Amino acid sequence: MNKRNVGFYIVDGIYLAMAILPILFGIAVKVLFTPLSEGIAISGARIFFSLDMPIQPLIVTESQLNSLIVMITLLGICLYLTHGLSVRYPTRRQHLAEWLVEKSEKMTFSNMGEGFSGFPPLIAAILGLSALSSLLSLFGLYPPTSDINVVSGWAITVFALITYYKFKCGPVYYLKSFGDPVPLLAPLNIISEIATPVSMAFRHYGNVLSGAVISVLVATGLDGLWGIIMGWLPSPLSEMAFIRIGIPAVLSVYFDLFSGCLQAYIFAMLAMLYISSGYPRDEHMKRKNKKQINKKTA
Amino acid sequence: MLELAIGIILGCCALGAGLAMIAGIGPGIGEGNAVAKACEAIGRQPECKGDVTTTMLMGCAIAETTGLYALVIAILLIFVAPGLLVDVLMKTIG
Repeated sequence: MNKRNVGFYIVDGIYLAMAILPILFGIAVKVLFTPLSEGIAISGARIFFSLDMPIQPLIVTESQLNSLIVMITLLGICLYLTHGLSVRYPTRRQHLAEWLVEKSEKMTFSNMGEGFSGFPPLIAAILGLSALSSLLSLFGLYPPTSDINVVSGWAITVFALITYYKFKCGPVYYLKSFGDPVPLLAPLNIISEIATPVSMAFRHYGNVLSGAVISVLVATGLDGLWGIIMGWLPSPLSEMAFIRIGIPAVLSVYFDLFSGCLQAYIFAMLAMLYISSGYPRDEHMKRKNKKQINKKTA
Repeated sequence: MLELAIGIILGCCALGAGLAMIAGIGPGIGEGNAVAKACEAIGRQPECKGDVTTTMLMGCAIAETTGLYALVIAILLIFVAPGLLVDVLMKTIG
């Protein structure tokens, strides 16, 4: 039966707290660590502290903290959605969870084809992590995706996967693929191979960062405009800049909501396309069949 | 003399950033073309709107790459390069 006791609700509460509390913690840290004198400024991630390590100091920055916040929040949401699954009496949250899983599976299989049955969780994780990281700026926190180091980490992960799938037919075939179609073009192929993760990282980071820069420029510009137009008013009114209410929000809809989600989608999509196009499917299938035939005859 | 040198560094960094962003023209034209063709395709065949839109967004993302390279260069020139170059200048002067 679909009976729920107190324990169920307590666990539910813990999961919900896991989803909400990290963001509140991040806001508290942001409030505590931002000096009062700092006005509107375009700045990188704040450095909290650095630990001395043998090779070079380990620097703990705002983007690392915010990535951890996003990860814990995402984990809390996933645990909440999948709590109390049942075959007979599916709840609303179970429907949502199933819908999400089905969507990610459908998207992955339609874009990557066969042989990538293990990929939907990875793609869904990239999508959720990236989207939530960009949406973190809605809470006034520093979005980790506007730090190139975070996005480079994801791009390097994807690059490792691409190379792994290119290695499926052995190292000789992998090296041969650089001399395609003419061996003369090998340097160019190597450059384009390296350019894949670089362009993926730059695309995501550049889009998010440019949105942040434009928002800050518009906010300061409106501040200055208010000073020019309403500078003749008595002192508290002339510094309040009511013009700053509302107009930056319109930009935020595009740069934070739309662009953040779109970049997450594009990053996941490109990861899928690069991985599936790097995989030499026909050659691999041919070798597999040959091996099976050899086994049968032997 | 030192002020002049620092002024030249700052001014040239700003000029370089502005010149780098001329590259924004290319992605603008390219994405405009892509969206125009997508609109034509949707007008001709409204039932494949979803596929055309996703493909168009992907194409736009790829076309944007050169512009974003320029953007990264411009950001480096504005936020990173002046500090580095002034440091180098101070070291050479001693």
